[in-house]
Amino acid sequence: MNTIQINDSAKKVIQEDGIKTFPNECCGFLYGKDGEIRSIDLAIPVINDKEGDQRRRFEISPLDYMKAEKYALENDLDLLGIYHSHPNHPAIASEHDLAKAMPFFSYVIISIRNGEAHEIQSWRLKDSERIFEEEKVFLPQENSVI
Amino acid sequence: MAKIIIPSPLRKFTENQSTVVTNGATVQEAILELSEKHQGLKKHILDGESNIRSFIRIYVGDEDINALEKEATSIADDTIISIVPAIAGGSY
Repeated sequence: MNTIQINDSAKKVIQEDGIKTFPNECCGFLYGKDGEIRSIDLAIPVINDKEGDQRRRFEISPLDYMKAEKYALENDLDLLGIYHSHPNHPAIASEHDLAKAMPFFSYVIISIRNGEAHEIQSWRLKDSERIFEEEKVFLPQENSVI
Repeated sequence: MAKIIIPSPLRKFTENQSTVVTNGATVQEAILELSEKHQGLKKHILDGESNIRSFIRIYVGDEDINALEKEATSIADDTIISIVPAIAGGSY
């Protein structure tokens, strides 16, 4: 099982974005350094560009994606994944999440229930079988593994 | 030579290179050349009929090729081509 460590400031950004955007889905980019343990040091929110029901869908515009790649190169960071929220749903990756998943990226999901932040889970595509594998999420300040 | 920017999720197929140069004269030639050189990339960018997959966007500079001449869009020595994966999903 892969392990992803999300530092406290990145976790707060994800939680606050999820709460602020509730009942719609939020989304954003995750940066850090890859290694035996993938370390997420920075989360940057981005506009949910989905036309239609944002309570259960998110989409990131291609131009925002290109900016995110450029930001990583300019700041010597790795673009390691995407986060989004599941309002009033568990943080389990759905078939819609899987449909467009890319290899390598961590897909971090936070469950926001009734406007409050709940569990964070992370998923990575197993490319050969096109299924998601759950990553072990390590949140250092809480010294806990979810 | 024109450059192709490889998105982070696909760099493992280009030996971690973020950009790859191309000799192609059109977007189609450039993408085919890239896919031939880096076989692992192919299934993520092209479908079984060698068409660009629906969830991959190709940009020339800041322009989506769908607003230009699609795969037939010509490229110059200073052209920068970006491969942009669709990022989308949702809870249920």
